[in-house]
Amino acid sequence: MTKFVSVKEAVAMIPDGATIMVGGFMGCGNPHKIIDELAKSGKGNFKIICNDGAQPGGPMGEENYGVAKLIHNHQVKHLVATHVGLNPEVGRQMNDGTLKVDLIPQGSFAEMIRAGGAGLGGVLTPTGVGTIIEDYEDYVHSVQEIDGKKYLLMKPIRADFALISGYKVDKLGNVWYKGSTSNFGLVMATAADKVIVEADNVVEVGEIEPENVRTPCIFVDYIVNGGG
Amino acid sequence: MDREQIKSFIIARAAGELKDGDIVNLGIGMPTMIPNFLPEDVRVTIQAENGLLGVIPCNDETRDAVYKVDAGATPVTVSTGGCYFDSCTSFGMIRGGHIDVTMLGALEVDEQGNISNWIIPGKRLPGMGGAMDLVIGAKRVIVTMEHTQKGAPKILKKCRLPLTALKCVDLIITEMGVIEVTENGLMLVEINPEFTVEQVQEATEAVLIISPDLKPMA
Repeated sequence: MTKFVSVKEAVAMIPDGATIMVGGFMGCGNPHKIIDELAKSGKGNFKIICNDGAQPGGPMGEENYGVAKLIHNHQVKHLVATHVGLNPEVGRQMNDGTLKVDLIPQGSFAEMIRAGGAGLGGVLTPTGVGTIIEDYEDYVHSVQEIDGKKYLLMKPIRADFALISGYKVDKLGNVWYKGSTSNFGLVMATAADKVIVEADNVVEVGEIEPENVRTPCIFVDYIVNGGG
Repeated sequence: MDREQIKSFIIARAAGELKDGDIVNLGIGMPTMIPNFLPEDVRVTIQAENGLLGVIPCNDETRDAVYKVDAGATPVTVSTGGCYFDSCTSFGMIRGGHIDVTMLGALEVDEQGNISNWIIPGKRLPGMGGAMDLVIGAKRVIVTMEHTQKGAPKILKKCRLPLTALKCVDLIITEMGVIEVTENGLMLVEINPEFTVEQVQEATEAVLIISPDLKPMA
């Protein structure tokens, strides 16, 4: 079964109002070509699950880097993130009441997505104990005490789509990430109904050493050739 | 001291807390500049929570720079022997006690070592990022910050802003002094000779215990 789709076909699969995980950290590791196409699509009302709102400017002078484009276009109604301080537009839309933002501690965020993809019912973490995070009913099941130590029982997170970026992706969908781009892509690829990977380089099967495959191909539903 | 001098003074003193071989996570802002102040015989390994170990600066202005950034989104690279990993691994390191020291800024710290540094309700909501995990997971938590905010104390009896975590701060370094969080409260252990103990107390809401071995801060 070929998994290849064009960037237009990939975006055509994503309906208005979809819940979408986007890999990356401050834009580094965002699947930029899919996001560019999504930004042009006119679709919106998305719930975006992404570490952050990226940045107004990218490292190569890009305007509205990565997911910042979708936010700038008002295509996002709900952002689940850990840090939005580098994109002032997020704060502006929050104050206008047009964007709902939920902030979760970054380590919990990663593990909640991992739980969502790994068939786990939740994650116990000491992070957030004694803080207002305890009251986040949508994300926190309860406070638990185990052997005298307090933990928050965080709920799993899943999405309709995960959009991730791989530097080398073979024709089966095995992924190798470059530099620090793997960040959330690794867990997000396990935790969505449809996983679309944007390949900076499509390579032949076997070109990525089996030991170097970071996201095994069974997690990947579609490949967009983002090379060139 | 102007604000730049204050920052440099705090950073230089904070650098003195790092030991050769430490694994360190440095918050955005002042802490990021600490490596520039380390003596040559102190080599630390810098972890960045977005999945890097052995972070070093890079001057790479090619396309490659977009693949490697630190937690402040600055293009960086890793030293020989360094590595990249995913966010779950990174926060496993952090929560799991594999980071020796974290240094970060704060909006407020109180006499129990509670810290607030991620939200000013109704005003600023940058988010906690990795801070909540770092302060509960790192073996040593050092706060580097200016002693006051526009003259108002930031070192309080009890934090008023929403907390980042409970009872986690070990040491506070400001332009006025160095303060240890002890079981009995905050102990001033070093003082900037430009200030008197009375002036430091005046700028601090919490009651300071003055170390019998109070040293000049250098």
